[in-house]
Amino acid sequence: MENEINKPGIEIPADIRRQVTITTLDRIYNWGRSNSLWPMMFGLACCAIEMICTAASRYDFSRFGMEVMRPSPRQADVMIVAGTVTKKMLPQIVRLYNQMSVPKYVVAMGSCASGGGPFKEGYSVVPGIDTYIPVDVYITGCPPTPQALINGLITLQKKVEKEQISESRWYGKQPIQDVPIPVLGPDIFDPRKVEVIREETHKPEIPETILASDEGGAA
Amino acid sequence: MTDLSRTPTIYEDLITRFPEKVTPETRSGYSGVIVDPSALLDVVSFLRDQAGFDYLSSITAVDDFPENQFEVIFHLFKTTGGRGIEFKVFTGRESPSIPSVVALYPGADFQEREVFDMFGITFDGHYDLRRLLLWEGFAGHPLRKDWKEPLYEEDIKPFKSRWPEGQGYRKELTNPYGDNVNYPREFDPEGFESDNDERLYQSLVSEVHEAAGKMQTDHLIVNLGPQHPSTHGVFRMVAMLEGETVLALKPVLGYMHRNHEKIGERNTYLQNMPYTDRLDYLASMSNNFSYALAIEKLMGIQPPERAEYLRVMMAELTRIASHTMSIGFLLNDLGAFFTPALYALEERELILDVFESVAGSRMMCNYFRFGGVVRDITENDFAMIKELVLNRLPRKIDELDRYLTDNEIVRTRCENVGVLTAEEAIAYSAAGPILRASGVPYDIRRADPYSIYDRFDFDVCYRMHGDVFDRYLVRLDEIRQSLKILKQVIQQIPSEGPIVTGKVQYTTKVPPGEAYSRVEGQRGELGFYVVSDGKPNPKRYHVRAPSMINLTSLAKMCVGGKVADAVTILGAVDIVLGEVDR
Repeated sequence: MENEINKPGIEIPADIRRQVTITTLDRIYNWGRSNSLWPMMFGLACCAIEMICTAASRYDFSRFGMEVMRPSPRQADVMIVAGTVTKKMLPQIVRLYNQMSVPKYVVAMGSCASGGGPFKEGYSVVPGIDTYIPVDVYITGCPPTPQALINGLITLQKKVEKEQISESRWYGKQPIQDVPIPVLGPDIFDPRKVEVIREETHKPEIPETILASDEGGAA
Repeated sequence: MTDLSRTPTIYEDLITRFPEKVTPETRSGYSGVIVDPSALLDVVSFLRDQAGFDYLSSITAVDDFPENQFEVIFHLFKTTGGRGIEFKVFTGRESPSIPSVVALYPGADFQEREVFDMFGITFDGHYDLRRLLLWEGFAGHPLRKDWKEPLYEEDIKPFKSRWPEGQGYRKELTNPYGDNVNYPREFDPEGFESDNDERLYQSLVSEVHEAAGKMQTDHLIVNLGPQHPSTHGVFRMVAMLEGETVLALKPVLGYMHRNHEKIGERNTYLQNMPYTDRLDYLASMSNNFSYALAIEKLMGIQPPERAEYLRVMMAELTRIASHTMSIGFLLNDLGAFFTPALYALEERELILDVFESVAGSRMMCNYFRFGGVVRDITENDFAMIKELVLNRLPRKIDELDRYLTDNEIVRTRCENVGVLTAEEAIAYSAAGPILRASGVPYDIRRADPYSIYDRFDFDVCYRMHGDVFDRYLVRLDEIRQSLKILKQVIQQIPSEGPIVTGKVQYTTKVPPGEAYSRVEGQRGELGFYVVSDGKPNPKRYHVRAPSMINLTSLAKMCVGGKVADAVTILGAVDIVLGEVDR
């Protein structure tokens, strides 16, 4: 069997090849991490049902080291955002993301989590979770099939394997900043955008010209 | 069929009994009577206590903008079966208000709160009138016709920006905030404090303390959810506990409110079909069924014979898939983590294979069309269905029964837990297995048959105890009855023939009028109330969601029990959040 963690280019004598492996710290560290990505047990909508099916016996993503679904964010590595993100749910999702310990990854499962999907135009739907928290892998589909989810998670594994301890943002001197929790006011707002919002709501007049030109000159 | 002739006499009776207060509906395509708000409670008590309309099915509203008028529409039925009755109450758009019927029908609770949330119509006398789906403090009432969402483009799809020119652009780029948000003028986000849950906790506290007559301090408020593995999605319960005993409990909905109804009123009729899949995503075929029936009622068409059989076949397969999953996940909630669910999912996967082959998608089937179904099944599909129905599923259901029904833990955790009596179940508008487990043999397939259900021989499953265990048993029985129906379908289905009435077309001409259709969904009475004004899109598109209305009785079932049982009870209510919050 091919020794998959061996760093190529370093000759190991044939008689100890099955007992000894020479590798880099990055390689063995990422190899261990990428094969034990624990997802958070956290479903939002229809996609969650396909996520359950992926975990069940037929598709069984424990073959890839993801069998331990943790209901607590503290013990999870991957947040699979499985379903439509609504404004009412968003503060909780951001809070869960902040509670996950680093290194942490986000998979946007399905078109709703990626960009709002069929419900994007809705008044209480967030058009994509990436407007608030960073996303590593996007999976298309409405809902994605279990095969697509597994493919997305394998893509994430490949991404994890390419990381370097010396460069990764998780291990820098700077602490990882929490994402500010959005607030439910008359509409949801991001505390980072307070200035923009105040400027806009206190303008003397609504800029009609922008709206009119974008509606194809209907006015 | 005798009820057809009886129903009009009820309307006439009402008009003579309440002169001036009850007037006939004169618009063409509409039915029912119009009740003056001042006489609403009298009319409703008469209908409930003397005329026998003991089951409140649906309350919803329609905005008649630009006319200065809201209509609130009530649908009542008899649990003994037969046709229902419909009446409307009008109120002006300035400070709209009508009396609350929650004292007569406790099942009106959440529905009135939803109408308040979406239209801003207040219900006088409602004990806890808070927003249901959106959060406290949200600006505006979204289902009013003059309320525009932040990404509003046009009233009717397809939007010019996307079709036929195809010059798509991202609407949020035109929004000053670059996102799907909008704020009222003079709103200052600096230092804004959200006091979202204040009123919720307040109502919980006052409910308990007023009942006790004095202030008590050793109670604990516990939030379960919205992120909790036992809540089957993003559902939240707030419980007030004394020790481990639940004193009061309030469900909090809306964490998955995806604006089905607002989007549905922009969509053309056909475009709504795939959206219905995403309501109760464990049973998309049933949602298709009810919506197709509503539009067919408006258009006055009938599907051909083979399509009727295909519809029933798919609806019953869905019922089996959904009920097996529900049983599996009930065991999850009891602590048997995932092993029983794996057995259930195994069978569900086989049914999903049929759907994938027939409709092209595992979950979101989008299979029904107005006047038929979208494509015929192949020889191979039919063989798959036959093998499942005649051979595999009966065996597997017996297996599930053998593993679970006499299990001691299942029995002790489920028996006498979350009891709802027959009277309570009817009063709270519970539907489906909840209602039937409480000893009310009410199944719309039998009580008010739609499609071709009057041709099949099947039993209405019901049990007498009204506890969690009986709900489990009713589901198990219903799977067996579904198999019985499916066996008859396999025998009777015409081997060939058209599968859709008329020409297949992209836009549907729907004459003006209103229609309320209902089917026996997996979770109870699934209704669609659609109002057409002759335009390509519906004027009003409302879903009577059984999961949501079943939750009205959740507090009743949980209070007095232990907090651990609340999880079991919720599991037996079997909610699907897509349908609860829509």
